[in-house]
Amino acid sequence: MNNIYLRLFYTFFKIGAFTFGGGWAMIALIQREVVDKHRWVSKEEFVDMLAVAQSLPGILAVNFSVAIGDRLRGFKGSLVSALGTILPSFIIILAIAIFLTPDTIKENETLNSIFKGIRPAVVALIVAPVLTTAKAAKINLKTVVIPIAVALLIYSGIPYVSNPIVYIILGGIGGYIYHTWRLSKEKQGKQ
Amino acid sequence: MNIYIKLILTYLKLGLFGFGGGYAMLSLIQQEVVQRHGWISLSEFTDIVAISQMTPGPIGINSATYIGYTITGGSVLGAVAATAAVVIPPYVIMLYASHFVRKHQESPLIKGVFMGLRPVVVGLIASAALLLMNKENFGSEMAECIKSILICTVTFFFAYFTKIHPIMLIIAAGLAGYFIF
Repeated sequence: MNNIYLRLFYTFFKIGAFTFGGGWAMIALIQREVVDKHRWVSKEEFVDMLAVAQSLPGILAVNFSVAIGDRLRGFKGSLVSALGTILPSFIIILAIAIFLTPDTIKENETLNSIFKGIRPAVVALIVAPVLTTAKAAKINLKTVVIPIAVALLIYSGIPYVSNPIVYIILGGIGGYIYHTWRLSKEKQGKQ
Repeated sequence: MNIYIKLILTYLKLGLFGFGGGYAMLSLIQQEVVQRHGWISLSEFTDIVAISQMTPGPIGINSATYIGYTITGGSVLGAVAATAAVVIPPYVIMLYASHFVRKHQESPLIKGVFMGLRPVVVGLIASAALLLMNKENFGSEMAECIKSILICTVTFFFAYFTKIHPIMLIIAAGLAGYFIF
């Protein structure tokens, strides 16, 4: 497959077809395909794109595919990648809605035991990118407090405190203030 | 008002205000389609969530496709309309955001914001993992829980230390589940 559009579509179709358990479970898969295999973006860029995709409304996986597609081939690239991500779930859910009733799926014992195996694996597939993105984000002993605090506060379930948007906004503002402060200190040092 | 127009407006709104990924969106979707419009009952909604967990893909798309199809009386056009509506607003926003970020990559504003966002993103992924370590994913009985923890640990080992593709790990975990549960 030499055509980049076909490759983008195929890659995101594969990602869309094999992720169970929502957008977070997709991160490991996207990272493997987009960073390790195709080398479309670097590890560091991957974390930055994840930051944008997560900070904006919408479905994380779709947002992410739009960012990658656009980065490689502009609007057309983003269209192809987004369609690739959306189509597998669209086709499967439509087929279920047309041909089956929810109960046939929910009460199928084979499917149930298969999914009992898949669910804990999906959790593992979300833990692994915590470590790889921490490395890419150059988290050190001093800054490791931030992700730990953010994770625990969101996990706490306390109203408002557990809202992820709070930390995205605080992180953005805090980063900007810190960066400006450091720049001005560097300037003073030079004078 | 025409059901299609209502459907599209509702999913445009869900796409526009659905922050924080699939599970965070669920309560918002429930509010709209169950409480506000009464398109489906709460138990039907729970069914859709269960199916979404057993089929691949983002939960936001799955629910849009399913509800779009059922409430228009089994019309594929309804499924297309709801799915497109939930995707298009964030698509446009994301496209503009990517361009903006690329254009101003070197500005102190963007550099600083990203510097602060990076550790937060790591925390967000960690919180997603923590939140999923629950009864729904690991089972409530002792024996089931131990088997689940075993699958989780082994999968983590292979995911982190080897280059085996995550898709292969999901297939292997499904097979393991088939034999041990």
